[in-house]
Amino acid sequence: MSPANAVIKVENLTKKYQQLTAVNGISFEVYEGEVFGLLGPNGAGKTTTLEIMETLREQTSGKVLIHGLDTTTHSNEIKQLIGVQLQAANYYPSLTLLELVDLFAGLYNQQPNPEELLKMVALEEKAKAKYKELSGGQKQRFSIATTLINKPKVIFLDEPTTGLDPQARRNLWELIKNIRNEGTTVVITTHYMDEAENLCDRVAIMERGKIIALDSPDNLIDNLVASGFERIKSVKKANLEDVFLQLTGNEWQVE
Amino acid sequence: MLLYIHQFNKHHFRHNREYMKKYSQLTAMLAISKASFRSITRSPSAVVFTLLFPLIFILVFGFLGGNGITLELGIHSGSDGKNEVYDALKNMAGIKLIEDKSDDALYKELEKGRIDAVLNIRMNPDAEGPRYFLDMQTSEASMDKGSVLQSVMENLVNQLNLKDVKPAAKIAELRQSRVKGRKYSMIDFILPGQLGFSILSTGVFGTAFVFFNLRQTLVIKRFFATPIRKPFIIMGEALSRLVFSMLGAIFIIAIGYFAFGFTLVNGFITALTMLSLAAIGLIVFMGFGFIISGLAKNESMIPPLANIVTLPQFLLSGTFFPIESFPSWLQPVCKALPLTYLNDALRKVAFEGAGFTDISSHLLVMLLWGVIAYALATRFFRWE
Repeated sequence: MSPANAVIKVENLTKKYQQLTAVNGISFEVYEGEVFGLLGPNGAGKTTTLEIMETLREQTSGKVLIHGLDTTTHSNEIKQLIGVQLQAANYYPSLTLLELVDLFAGLYNQQPNPEELLKMVALEEKAKAKYKELSGGQKQRFSIATTLINKPKVIFLDEPTTGLDPQARRNLWELIKNIRNEGTTVVITTHYMDEAENLCDRVAIMERGKIIALDSPDNLIDNLVASGFERIKSVKKANLEDVFLQLTGNEWQVE
Repeated sequence: MLLYIHQFNKHHFRHNREYMKKYSQLTAMLAISKASFRSITRSPSAVVFTLLFPLIFILVFGFLGGNGITLELGIHSGSDGKNEVYDALKNMAGIKLIEDKSDDALYKELEKGRIDAVLNIRMNPDAEGPRYFLDMQTSEASMDKGSVLQSVMENLVNQLNLKDVKPAAKIAELRQSRVKGRKYSMIDFILPGQLGFSILSTGVFGTAFVFFNLRQTLVIKRFFATPIRKPFIIMGEALSRLVFSMLGAIFIIAIGYFAFGFTLVNGFITALTMLSLAAIGLIVFMGFGFIISGLAKNESMIPPLANIVTLPQFLLSGTFFPIESFPSWLQPVCKALPLTYLNDALRKVAFEGAGFTDISSHLLVMLLWGVIAYALATRFFRWE
């Protein structure tokens, strides 16, 4: 892909908190229409990087361009172009999903079709349920729905599947793929490598504020295999998760 | 390549200027107000503080004084027989004179709070000065009624004094008849106090809890990710609380007026003035709520912090007892508290028909507290 397709450009990004350097001079690009994964252990700097791209945090140095706009000078314009799902963010608990869609429609100055929006995340039957009555997976799906209200160019998802059961995770993967197929670029952080392998077109692996690898999952695996790596345990044709899903079904669950 | 990038940026500049024009902070703010209002109406504590508490007190005191409260006034044996003060008291609704008891018995009853005051009407032997001296003793056992009685007596004395002015200007006559037409009942004292306190508690508790929770549960952070600017988030939340409180105030005033004969001297205008005053009070008290939401490290710290603000005012600002009932060393404290001024201003507006110019000094003190509160709030308020 040519750099002209880059919807996000990150150049020499550094973020310091007093003594701690959370992000240490990283550079990368996210191409239009891809699912880009930021991987790494806790404290690697994924969320900080994400929040700087989302204009929620200011960097110490370096530059981030979203759709050609600088995050430090054009945050309000950028906010209209992006959708953000925050780790552990909540909504007014006693409001129904329709009322919350109404709220975010106002916040983005948009007039979405609430039923259609909720249908997209398979919550149409919960339209009149209060947010606090939703299960974990439903809350995450609703959270993603709010990111789509302003028809964003890019959405940012911060560990959207953490704490979900295997079915809910798979449902969310399908949802994210659908969003990508509609032409929206997705930036996602995750701890789960199977998730990254399944979802991401390219991944950046972070450790201690630096990017230590950046490529497609396939290439990263091939490179490792080419270097002579072999799994100690021979791989069976199925794993325990396959067993679990086979036994419990991987349909949308009535949660 | 350079040219290409140039065009790319230019295109986006134009694109975003269009966005900027279209995006309305006001629409976004009102969306928050609407959502927040829905949230408040579903929050039991907001409803309890704003509506239920004041309502209970008003009902209790309203029914206590259903037909005008009865104030029991013992007449001291040393009183100078029949005179115009005595006659006026005798004819006053809601006052029961007790004349058949010995002084000893009267004072014992007074100590127990079974009667509300003992009055000694004495003729002034000198030609100079007033014709009568009225010595009234009230009791700590019946502080509230004693205070009401005190107001009643002051009114009466004013009336009589006015009557006695020989070259009576017509204006004075007119005023006298107006005073006479109004009966100061318990509800006229209790309702403004309850309204003031409801405004205080919803302003402090409500604001502190809401902003603490919005911060803690990252609701507010999600707002930051939308194009709304920070001041509009606060204004949106504040607007919903204001609307809710005003509805509560309308409800309280209406119950008082229709069910218990609460005095609104100039009717609708008086009610409107009271509401504007309540709104100003709420905005001032919300400042304290913002400070507490920033100071509190966890949710359980909010009630004690909020009580530091509300409890002294609940007790000392004339919510239940006129501040004159407190010992003189406490008076300066009473007179420093913002709720004292809100309560007093509300009473002046409701009962005396005062307008904003008449209560400008009250407004000034409240404003001063507002400045202090918001100066501290900008220091302590935390967004995350």
